[in-house]
Amino acid sequence: MAGIVGWGAYIPKYRITAEEIALVQNADANAIKSGLGLTEKSVPGKDEDTVTIATNAARNAIARTSIKRKEIGAVYIGSESHPYAVKPSSSIVAEALDIGNDYMAVDTEFACKAGSATIQINAGLVDSKMIKYGLSIGADTSQAEPGNALEYSAAAGGAAFIIGPNKESVATIDATCSFTSDTPDFWRRALEPYPSHAGRFTGEPAYFKHVLDATKMILEKTNSKITDFAFVVFHMPNGKFPLRVAKTFGVTKEQLLPGLIVKKIGNTYSGSSLLGLVSVLDIAKPSDKILMTSYGSGSGSDAFILTCTDKIKEAQKKAKTTEDYVKRKEYLTYAQYLKHMEQIH
Amino acid sequence: MKVGVIGIGITKFGERWNESLRDLLLDAQLRALNDSKIAPEQIDALFTGNMCADSLSGQLHVGAIAAENLNINKPSIRVEGACASGALAIRQGIQAIESGSAEIVMVNGVEKMTDVSTEQATTALMGAGDEELEGFNGLTFPGLYALLAKAYMTKYPKLNRELLAEVSVKNHFHGARNDYAQFRSEIDIDTVINSAMVADPLTLFDCSPITDGAATIILANEKVSKKMNTDVYVTGSGLANDSLSLARRKTLTAIPAGKIAAEQAYKQSGILSQHVDFAEVHDCFSIAEIMAVEALGFAKEGEAYKLYQNKDTYFDGKQPINTSGGLKACGHPIGATGIKQAIEATVQLRGEAKNRQVKNAEVGVTHNVGGSGATVAVHVFRKIR
Amino acid sequence: MFRESPILRWRNYNDRYRLKGYKCTKCGKTYFEKKGLCECGTIDYEEMDFSGKGKIVSFTEIHSGPEAFAEMAPYCIAIIDLEEGARITGQVVDCKYSELKIGLNVEAVLRKFYKSGEKGIIHYGTKFIPKF
Repeated sequence: MAGIVGWGAYIPKYRITAEEIALVQNADANAIKSGLGLTEKSVPGKDEDTVTIATNAARNAIARTSIKRKEIGAVYIGSESHPYAVKPSSSIVAEALDIGNDYMAVDTEFACKAGSATIQINAGLVDSKMIKYGLSIGADTSQAEPGNALEYSAAAGGAAFIIGPNKESVATIDATCSFTSDTPDFWRRALEPYPSHAGRFTGEPAYFKHVLDATKMILEKTNSKITDFAFVVFHMPNGKFPLRVAKTFGVTKEQLLPGLIVKKIGNTYSGSSLLGLVSVLDIAKPSDKILMTSYGSGSGSDAFILTCTDKIKEAQKKAKTTEDYVKRKEYLTYAQYLKHMEQIH
Repeated sequence: MKVGVIGIGITKFGERWNESLRDLLLDAQLRALNDSKIAPEQIDALFTGNMCADSLSGQLHVGAIAAENLNINKPSIRVEGACASGALAIRQGIQAIESGSAEIVMVNGVEKMTDVSTEQATTALMGAGDEELEGFNGLTFPGLYALLAKAYMTKYPKLNRELLAEVSVKNHFHGARNDYAQFRSEIDIDTVINSAMVADPLTLFDCSPITDGAATIILANEKVSKKMNTDVYVTGSGLANDSLSLARRKTLTAIPAGKIAAEQAYKQSGILSQHVDFAEVHDCFSIAEIMAVEALGFAKEGEAYKLYQNKDTYFDGKQPINTSGGLKACGHPIGATGIKQAIEATVQLRGEAKNRQVKNAEVGVTHNVGGSGATVAVHVFRKIR
Repeated sequence: MFRESPILRWRNYNDRYRLKGYKCTKCGKTYFEKKGLCECGTIDYEEMDFSGKGKIVSFTEIHSGPEAFAEMAPYCIAIIDLEEGARITGQVVDCKYSELKIGLNVEAVLRKFYKSGEKGIIHYGTKFIPKF
């Protein structure tokens, strides 16, 4: 099967702490932090949006390869916060990357798994030889209603992947499958600014059912054991849910923590599991196996099994790492945070 | 070259709520006609400098208004070169006379800027820079000169914040002595330094204001001028252009077009910089005056600060600069400024400058800049009996 | 009214979204968005990619901006020498004004510039951030 030829991250510089938000919400910061398993989240700059985040991540991904950018045959961007309701992000990003005109493109939406789904699409196009390389991006500048619990976690960031031939890959995609159903756990109506959710229903019947079942499915299909993997990444709506899934499968701290980026930057929605994946690719060694399961409300989970090749070491050095972006930060007050969020759309 | 100044007229500069663009223009035209004692029919051509009538009043074709105001079917053209529009109009008038196609030319400048908000005026003024390379980035007009100031003051730290402030202090001193100036109050260095930041390091008092006003100068060939007993003549006209955007200039610590234009005008007049008794220069921002002084040859690059340290640029000093109050205190109705400078030169040479009179004024220079230095027009005025 | 036009900026998308360079085939001088004659008198350019890396040559912070940029004010603008030689104007973001100095290394990023009103097109282009 096709594989990842290049990967790239982008996280905005700004952060707001749980304490700062708790002060305004009149909540107990410590309780929030331990309950959600996170301390701060990333906030987009006033001049950033999904398109700019996606472009900057994609530039890092391309920098890790030696492909000619005009050989990219498809561009797919998944997000819940595309800048336009009608006008694709993918064509703007493709123009910014100077891919030319000879490419297929469409924007996708499936809550937080809009980006991971595009990896499956590109893998299919590459395998069928319809394209040589495909660009998959998951990026978001998620909006949370002030005063709502989601305010602590809804963050901004994105990751990009160049999907290409198996023999050029830094990590081959050995298998992928999805578990999908119509589950009304979290949604946003078209003209509404903020999402709604169904409370505790978002847990067991939604996130857990789909992540667990998709993961079980891929382990069975490939006859794999959880101990086969050097790294395991699950979608991260907060710092607690992935730990519970990990426990179910017996995933160790060493396998889970390197990709648990939510603790430092919050939930980047379509970027969440993908930023977990790029964090892990930044440090993986040849022959390391990676298991990743994303989750998108509404609902579905895409599971992937990847094997790193000896090409990965060279590629790691060629662009900024996820950690480079995590370390680059400036804290905002709540008032400043609101000003930043006003600029989204 | 000898082109005589046979009439001048200028409106009060300021926020003229009751007057429109045409009202201001007519006021200046009538004053100049009165001063010259000629009748409108004697005018052979009109040139009117204006920058923003289209963006701020929706009015192009201002040349037509200048002719209609006087009810004459004479050739009348609007001239535009951003803030240098006035001096460019003067140059057009001079060339019409020198070519023999006109004997008497009326040159106007007019601007109506206060009908819109400050943000809207700021936006319109960005048209003086490069819209695609600078405007798109949100680089405002003060921002352009702030970049020049930052570069200059880093390379030449002897021009410190206090000395830069002296420029505006001196200009307000002169403005207080000028009846038609927008600002008639003296200020001190603290006023300048403590005023609101506009674009670092330039504060509000480093920046010329938004002003309404009009000015008219009537030029005539040597024959007509002699008959009218005038003794003020334009003897040199220099004009040079440079890249529109600052980033494409050869230097950020000088405005090269200024030096080129000055050399042309001096050569044509047969003078050197040391012969200049006073100058009206383009102080759209305080740093612009510093660069003007150097472009006109009154100081080497980096050394203009000395003139301000020694208070040489007051009307009674060694090198009087901007006895009108400059753009800062007199006001800057963009299209009219170049004409105002010529009028101040004329008033000084006529000996009518009252309590800002430069003693024994015989040679005056005007220096008018468009944008951040893409156009500079320099004229030499002399008293010739 | 031209600021509302989606077309005016569209022509420059390819140049502005990424730093596209023009290199004179005769003397090698590089330009951003060069349209006229080169300094050497030739008008023959080959397209190239600027790396996006450069150094600040002068800078300022704009407090009083035009309407389209009112929400971003105050914002920093600099004149930057790109490592390939071209000198350009650019906003510098993701930094405090006090961090800026002449000689600071910067790198290019894609960012939003302004919207043509509530219903209008979002205009993107290249800005700079301190190199990290």
